[in-house]
Amino acid sequence: MRPTPSQTVGPFYGYALPFRDGGDLVPPGHPGAISVHGHVYDGAGDPVPDALLEFWQADAEGRPGSMRRDEVDGSFAGRDGVTLTGFGRVATGLDGHWAIRTVRPAAVPYISVCLFARGLLHHLYTRVYLEDSGDALLESLPADRRSTLVARPERDGVYRFDVRIQGDAETVFLDLG
Amino acid sequence: MPDPQDVISREIAELAAKSDGADHPARDYPPYRSSGLRHPHRPLVAPPEAYAELRGPVFGATDVTPLDADLTRQHPGEPLGERITVTGRVVDRDGRPVRHQLVEVWQANASGRYPHQRDQHPAPLDPNFTGTGRCLTDADGVYAFTTIKPGAYPWKNHVNAWRPAHIHFSVFGTAFAQRLVTQMYFPGDPLFAYDPILQSVTDEKARARLVAAYDHDLSQPEWSLGYRWDIVLDGPSATWMEEGR
Ligand SMILES: [Fe+2]
Repeated sequence: MRPTPSQTVGPFYGYALPFRDGGDLVPPGHPGAISVHGHVYDGAGDPVPDALLEFWQADAEGRPGSMRRDEVDGSFAGRDGVTLTGFGRVATGLDGHWAIRTVRPAAVPYISVCLFARGLLHHLYTRVYLEDSGDALLESLPADRRSTLVARPERDGVYRFDVRIQGDAETVFLDLG
Repeated sequence: MPDPQDVISREIAELAAKSDGADHPARDYPPYRSSGLRHPHRPLVAPPEAYAELRGPVFGATDVTPLDADLTRQHPGEPLGERITVTGRVVDRDGRPVRHQLVEVWQANASGRYPHQRDQHPAPLDPNFTGTGRCLTDADGVYAFTTIKPGAYPWKNHVNAWRPAHIHFSVFGTAFAQRLVTQMYFPGDPLFAYDPILQSVTDEKARARLVAAYDHDLSQPEWSLGYRWDIVLDGPSATWMEEGR
C-alpha cells in the first residue's frame, strides 16, 4: 500500500504535542542521570524557535513511552517520577534551545532523534552519540560529518548536541527506509 | 516583499510538471518559503543498522483519558461550528493494523483560529474549543474523533495566502522509523490549488491520500457529519513485536 504523505508540523503544535516533563526520560535524581542539550539552527545559522524534537532509547525489552494524563481533569500529569520510559518530546524555546534528562543508552550507543519544525515538510531522523564509539554508522562517515553526531561533554553528566539543519556543519540525517 | 499568489501558483505548476511521483514532499519545496533554510543540502545517510529505530515507544491507557477523543466536550459549553466525526484505520505498508497506538490531533476552531499566541488571525477564539485530541487505535487499528469542522485561515507565506481547512495528525507506528506527522483535508475544498503545503506533495494520487472522504453512513441523524480517512505508515515496521500486539 502507498503511504500517507507527510506534511509539516506547522507553527501551532505547541498547545497540542509538548507535555509536562516531556524532556525527563528519567526523573531528577535518578541514578546515572545525564543531561543532553543543545540548539537547533537553520541554514542561516539562526536558532529555530518552532522545532519539536522526539527522543527514543530502545533497550532489549522495548520500553513504553509516557505522556501520562490526569484522569480527573484530562491535563498532562507528566511522568510517573520513577521509571525510564525511553521516550522524550521537547519543543525548542525562542532561542532554539532544548534539553532532556536521561541515562546513557544501553543496547546501542546512541539516542534516536526525530526532528519536526515549521518549514520542514517531512521530519528528519538523526542520532546522539555520547562519544565516538566506533559504531558502524560512525565508522562509515568521513571525520567532519561523523563529528556532527557526537555530543560534546561540557561537564560531569552534561552533554551538548546541536542540530544544524543546513549548511557547512550540517548534521547527518538518516534514511531509515 | 512577499510574492503574489500568481508567482507561487506558477512555481507550484512548474514543480508539479516535474513530479517524480514521490509519496512524500521534497523537503526543499520553494513555494513553501519557510522550507528554504530548513532542509538539509546533503543526502540522507542509510545507517548500517537500525536497532533502536526499528523499535518504538508504546503508549497506553495512562496516556489518554476517555474524553480525549471528543474535542467538543472539553469545556462547559458546546463549541461553535459544524459537528463532525473523523474515523479511519492506521495500517502499515503491508496493510497490517497498527494496534493500541497513539494518535494525536490538533486543529483551528470553526473560524480558523488557533488558541496559540503566535496566531494573530483576527477571527474569534471559541472559549468552548481548544482543538486538541488524542486516542489509542483499537485492535483493528481504528481511531475515531468527534470535533467540529475547522475553518480556513490566512498565513504569511505570500500575499493572500490561505490554508485549506485541515486537521493536524501525529501518528506512532510500531517502529520509531514509522513516525508520521501530517494533515488531513476535507473533500472539494476550493483552496487546494493555491496551497503550497498541500501541493508540496506533487503527485496527484499521493495528494489525494491526504483528503478525507465524506461518508454518509458515518453521519448521525440530527447530530453530526461523518468523514473517513485511513492512514498508511511508511518505513520499516517492527515485525519483532507483532505477536505481542
Ligand atoms: Fe494548521
